[in-house]
Amino acid sequence: MTTSPNIIPNFDSGNPDRTLAIICSKGNLDMAYPGLILANAALGEGVTTHLFFTFWGFDLITKSRMNNLQFSPAGNTALHLPGHDGHIPQAMAPAMTGMATKMLKQQIAAIGVPEVPDFLDQIAAAGGHLWGCRLSADMNKLTMSDLRDDVEDIISASDFIEMTDGAQLLFI
Amino acid sequence: MPVIEIAGKQVHVNEEGFLTEYDEWSEDIAKVLAQQIDVDLTDEHWKVINFLRDDYKTEGESATTRRVQTVGGIPVKQQFVLFPKKPAKKMAYIAGLPKPKGCV
Repeated sequence: MTTSPNIIPNFDSGNPDRTLAIICSKGNLDMAYPGLILANAALGEGVTTHLFFTFWGFDLITKSRMNNLQFSPAGNTALHLPGHDGHIPQAMAPAMTGMATKMLKQQIAAIGVPEVPDFLDQIAAAGGHLWGCRLSADMNKLTMSDLRDDVEDIISASDFIEMTDGAQLLFI
Repeated sequence: MPVIEIAGKQVHVNEEGFLTEYDEWSEDIAKVLAQQIDVDLTDEHWKVINFLRDDYKTEGESATTRRVQTVGGIPVKQQFVLFPKKPAKKMAYIAGLPKPKGCV
């Protein structure tokens, strides 16, 4: 065998100041996940990550609601039953929220992805920053005591924009 | 696949330097790999590395940080302390395994 010179992975490549700001505006169970998956991935790559929960996304961090996010096929014409190409008739969709939520939770668990509160625990443990939206809190008449303990503060949109100066931004 | 010499042994690695042959790994090699990426191995690190090695043997893929927490019992927070910035990749590298494929 011919021996090559040593190869050492460069784990410090990339911009050390890279920051990702994710605005989570949806409270449907299915739409809660994209932001959390990306936040978790970014943190695992050493990227500073901020999540701003606003509008319906506020439910993800509201203690009384975060365990009861729901998924509805209504309005989602791309929804198929797992492993099938056929569509669910939209006329039936509104009545299917309970079943669809249960099925989605089972599918998510089956691939080892945590439930939303558990996922946010992991994101916070990995150093992710969680922020609540001031307007959403005021509209819902909620305060810090209603939110997960690891939410750092309730801040205005301006505060969030100022804080994430230079960050890459995702609106979900 | 390049062959490089680590701790006096010839090992196969991929283009990034991750070992590609499970059985070519040894604790001595792990020590060198860790040192190369500025990780000082402690008993806590070994607990993670040993879990990754055992888990790979049964699962056929590298555990994610999530799995190291839920199955291996080492909290994510601790993993970030032990293997700063990029725990999943760093611990797989030291354990002589491929980068994890899983998203979560």
